[in-house]
Amino acid sequence: MKLDLETVEHVALLARLGLTDEEKATLQDQLSSVLDHISVLEEVDTDAIPPTAQVIELQNILREDVAGAALPVEAVLKNAPRTEDDFIKVNAVLDQS
Amino acid sequence: MTELTDLTLAAARDLLDGREISAVELADAHLERIATVDEKVQAFITVMADQARTMAADADAAIAAGEAQPLTGIPVALKDILCTVDAPTTAASKLLEGFVSPYDATVVKRLRDARAVFVGKTNTDEFAMGSSTENSAFFTTKNPWGLDRVPGGSSGGSSAAVAAREAIVSLGSDTGGSIRQPAGFCGIVGMKPTYGRVSRYGLIAFASSLDQIGPFARTVEDAAMLLGTISGHDTNDATSSPRDVPDYRAALGEDLTGVKLGVVTEWTGQEGVEPGVQAACEAAYDTYAELGAELVPISLDYAKYALPTYYITAPAEASANLARFDGIKYGMSIDAGDVLESYLRTRGEGFGAEVKRRIMLGTYALSTGYYDAYYVKAQKVRTLIKRDFDTAFERVDAIVAPTSPTVAFSIGDRTDDPLAMYLADIFTIPANMAGLPGIAIPCGFSEDLPVSIQVLGPAFGEEITLKVAHAYERASGWHERRPEPVA
Repeated sequence: MKLDLETVEHVALLARLGLTDEEKATLQDQLSSVLDHISVLEEVDTDAIPPTAQVIELQNILREDVAGAALPVEAVLKNAPRTEDDFIKVNAVLDQS
Repeated sequence: MTELTDLTLAAARDLLDGREISAVELADAHLERIATVDEKVQAFITVMADQARTMAADADAAIAAGEAQPLTGIPVALKDILCTVDAPTTAASKLLEGFVSPYDATVVKRLRDARAVFVGKTNTDEFAMGSSTENSAFFTTKNPWGLDRVPGGSSGGSSAAVAAREAIVSLGSDTGGSIRQPAGFCGIVGMKPTYGRVSRYGLIAFASSLDQIGPFARTVEDAAMLLGTISGHDTNDATSSPRDVPDYRAALGEDLTGVKLGVVTEWTGQEGVEPGVQAACEAAYDTYAELGAELVPISLDYAKYALPTYYITAPAEASANLARFDGIKYGMSIDAGDVLESYLRTRGEGFGAEVKRRIMLGTYALSTGYYDAYYVKAQKVRTLIKRDFDTAFERVDAIVAPTSPTVAFSIGDRTDDPLAMYLADIFTIPANMAGLPGIAIPCGFSEDLPVSIQVLGPAFGEEITLKVAHAYERASGWHERRPEPVA
């Protein structure tokens, strides 16, 4: 089954990936071929099988809800492209109209 | 005396502790070796020459003060996906170029506390996605045994660095074989510990239910020493196990009398396995029989589904993990005016083709209407794969199998066909799906390139896994060969 272009564009938007038309066409072919390979799993009867949530014996790792040591603000902000005072600066996310 | 760059960790430890060599001399010898051969091998993204000399001087002081630990003064290379405060961490991606982490990964901190010496950060496929380092945004690392061949991947830089004597040991990460496969291609030892044995804090996450950090070395004993240093519980990684860390070096032995080793029936004579690989592995099984081990045929019925299961699970988890690279908090950032357009352009231009392919695949598999059919289905099949191993380990102590179906392939051979590239991992992926420890060790040569077998153990069975690997290494002596192209 070949993925249609609309699906590729929809998934790219969900993933926040800007793709060129050439990339979209390539991905249409490559993802279809990988999905074909994956479809072999349909032959496995898994009706009575629980999904794996994790592979080791640990469960419910809890800790006291107390503040611990944290990195200094300047260390956390030093890699941010744009900052102002103690904040990371971003473009407006809400419509201002 | 042996050249300093040919020393094993164990031998270097004795010489350092006996004050016959200094950590500074050892570091300088490796930095000089990097300066000589890395032009050809290209194992390193960042060489940490200044840091290494400072760390070596600190190590000498610690040794003089009687505070030496197994890794004190030992030159170590780090896969460039492990965060370090004193060198950039790129994940071999344009998206993280220039990023310097505000904290050390736990494994890095443990090595730092042990006064190990970091010689540099090594090349990898971008965000550890690949089997050859050809997906690095910067360059492809060359295999020290044949410079036109890939070193394997994703941890190909870490494995080539150790094979080419640019570091005594190194660290990599293994999500679907990314330590064992490159170790095999480069003719050295590489180990993926049990899921939970080593903290992943500060490892740039790829697929969180599979990722595990582990050692590369030229002998099993050296791998055991490094594993002991990096293992153990960490409150910063909720999946790390509180189990005690045994003395892995003490677990090594040469007598395998009474040890039961499983040989996977379905993997013998499997299509796609090169005859030279098959022959070397069968000779290795014969050696195991001579060492007193009992070889037991076992069946892993569902292992053939491990690859498709992996190619749902890993991309799905990656698509979630890589959402953090948004151009806002760190790394490359393209300001295109509004928020959505900035995300699209930063991620579209920052990520390479394979990373985009996997994010797309994972996002598709998790999207509305497909989640049950893909992700949940894969996790159910994963249960069956794990049960196969559980059943097998009721009958055997460890499993021996080929590490990869082929020797190192030529650079450029598989870049146009993602599925062919993915097939390089058919024998390594099942252990990740089940969370089990596995170690790859050299078992001969085919076309003058190294062949490797892997030993898989039960969960937290690192000791028997290492013991079985060590016994073969001592009996076979394959680890003593050196790669001629970088002689």
